[in-house]
Amino acid sequence: MLAVHFPYWAVSLLRVLGGIVAVLLPAGTIVYLFLFKMMSFMQSRLGPMEAGPYGSMQLFAEVGKWLQKEDIMPERADHRIFKMAPLIVLTSTFLLVAVVPFGPDALFTNFDVGVFYMLAVSSISVLGILIAGWASANKYSLLGGLRAAGQLIAYELPMVLAVVGVVIQAGTMNLQQIVLVQNAGSIFGWDGIGNPYILTQFVGFGVFMIAVQAELTQTPFDMPIAESELVSGYMTEYSGFRFLIFFIAEFATAGVFSLIASVLFLGGWGVPFSWFGWHGVDGVANWMNVVGPLIMFSKMMLLVFLIMWVRFSYPRFREDQLQRFAWKVLIPVSLVNIMATAILKVVF
Amino acid sequence: MSLQTMLGDRQKLAYIAGQAADARLNVELETEGMTLNIGPQHPATHGTLRIICRLDGEQVVWAEPSAGYMHRGYEKLTEVRTFPQVTTLVNRIDWLGSFANEVPFILAAEKLMNIEAPPRAQHIRTILFELSRIANVSLFLGDLGVQMGAITPVFMAFRDREYVLNLIEGATGGRFHPNFDRIGGLKDDLPKGWIDETRGVMKKLRNFCDEMEDLLFGNEIFQARTRGIGVIPKDIAVQYGMSGANLRASGVDYDLRRDQHQPLAWDKIDFKVWTHPDGDSFARCWIRLQETREATKIVDKLLDTLPAGPVMAKVPRIIKVPEGEAWVSTENPLGEMGYYVISKGDLGPFRVKIRSASFNNISIVPWVLRGVFVPDVITILASLYFILGDIDR
Repeated sequence: MLAVHFPYWAVSLLRVLGGIVAVLLPAGTIVYLFLFKMMSFMQSRLGPMEAGPYGSMQLFAEVGKWLQKEDIMPERADHRIFKMAPLIVLTSTFLLVAVVPFGPDALFTNFDVGVFYMLAVSSISVLGILIAGWASANKYSLLGGLRAAGQLIAYELPMVLAVVGVVIQAGTMNLQQIVLVQNAGSIFGWDGIGNPYILTQFVGFGVFMIAVQAELTQTPFDMPIAESELVSGYMTEYSGFRFLIFFIAEFATAGVFSLIASVLFLGGWGVPFSWFGWHGVDGVANWMNVVGPLIMFSKMMLLVFLIMWVRFSYPRFREDQLQRFAWKVLIPVSLVNIMATAILKVVF
Repeated sequence: MSLQTMLGDRQKLAYIAGQAADARLNVELETEGMTLNIGPQHPATHGTLRIICRLDGEQVVWAEPSAGYMHRGYEKLTEVRTFPQVTTLVNRIDWLGSFANEVPFILAAEKLMNIEAPPRAQHIRTILFELSRIANVSLFLGDLGVQMGAITPVFMAFRDREYVLNLIEGATGGRFHPNFDRIGGLKDDLPKGWIDETRGVMKKLRNFCDEMEDLLFGNEIFQARTRGIGVIPKDIAVQYGMSGANLRASGVDYDLRRDQHQPLAWDKIDFKVWTHPDGDSFARCWIRLQETREATKIVDKLLDTLPAGPVMAKVPRIIKVPEGEAWVSTENPLGEMGYYVISKGDLGPFRVKIRSASFNNISIVPWVLRGVFVPDVITILASLYFILGDIDR
């Protein structure tokens, strides 16, 4: 454990700053690396090249542009709710990151029902999207908002069920404990790589990533946004800095969900404890508080790469096909996965 | 007259049916229908087509296309132009395959003057015709992905269409609006090295078609979105006067390139006319993919059999077209396109009626959109493939 003791105000300040960094830094990196550059290379073009070296300052230019824009609001919109909606969506992202552990001491809260809390707050963004669609006073937005509500609620369930397998196997809902159990674990006595749950919960991992794709409304599941038919759905009437907030929230949430997936399935911030002979969280060296976030960041980038890869190459489902996929494929599969996990947990 | 009233009646009936559906819903669930205007400003309408839909939830009860937001009056404008000047106007009807618009008009004028272009000119006309078909339909294949949310194919389409546009520019000097066809032949012969370059580009375009087949047509989501959606049976397609790939996708084996003799070079080579029995959105997209591939082969064969000789027949300096009427139609990228030209012996035409393919192809929209869901409206419209300039002229 950490030998230095910070005063309460310093810890609080660090947490607030850390939370902002943990949300905005991944969002910026994802937008530049994946949305600007990877998509361009997939589509045989260069992407932004002018602002900064290889266009790396492009995002700052975009943010500057959005902030300068006029704040346009439809005349018949419900003004207060219209203003509130983007903030609610972004709030959900910040609430999510609060339970993600980044190192043995680098965490915001050591919450015993972290998994439960994570699943609960992740659905707050549905409210934001639904009221954004309603308050815009636009038929396209309304259709988009309703589709989003239906879809996000439908995919909440497979996500919960996919996580249940991990919770059964780890025996805890504390995300920090889940990281420790994975890294201190062993596969049939061999502890060379710990026991990341992607090996045993690969079905859960697949279902979780598909559900994340749907929760983020990324392309095969981007029916609520559907720029070619609903003209960006619930975001149609948003411009300027309100759109910027939606935009940041979209990619920050992609980052945070990937962080959570890496905690649940890829061993989080840890390295296999047997490499350094650590036992439990007390044995972990202090430098893991610095290296841990970097490990988390690289795992997050790997998972976001998967999400974006699918996003850039697939066409989208229709609303009813999407619901059918959730209820008839994902939920039965994850239920079978839970049963198998429970039986194997008792057997071994 | 009778057809007009019949159409009106049927549409009225459809509207009454829509309102009845609303009323029934009101009784059962106390909901009401919603009128959704798709367009005039909407990404799925490739311009300014407006489709008025009455929705029940997300299901379309009644739909009606409303054209005319981009009417440019070309039929009237031709009356104050001389015959050679008209090609500049008709270029802009189907702006993606503009050379193909010039050919039937020039053929109609030649028919009235009773002259025929030399064989080499006919060959080059056909080659450029097929190149504009490739440029047009390859963009359709990319756009198809965008309409369904896949953003990558469109960039591939733009990349490979560029090669074709470069070829058209190399031969004619204009990328979009060549204005290259003359009464009695062509403006110029082909430039040096153009034939070899074209063969290379055709190979690239065939690769592009394979790529599209892998990326889009083999995709399960694409198939789920298009198979069995927007089915148009054979007899309905014929009744609505559809033409081109939309008609062949309904299983009607009809292609003006093969079925009608033109003073163009299609008679001199063999090619396959693709048909599909299903008549759904997938069939329409698939037919266009096969036709693009077939067009590259046609170009290759035409290049092999390119005859020598002049590219311009002997025509007077000042072209006066003798009195008479002529109707010439060809198989354009979007379907059958024809010009009915009436001449009174002046420098310009007395009256021109343009039969453009898209106008007839979208007339089926009220029939085919009834009962489908809003997301399917987009795929059906994308698969019908219209170009706004071709609807409104």
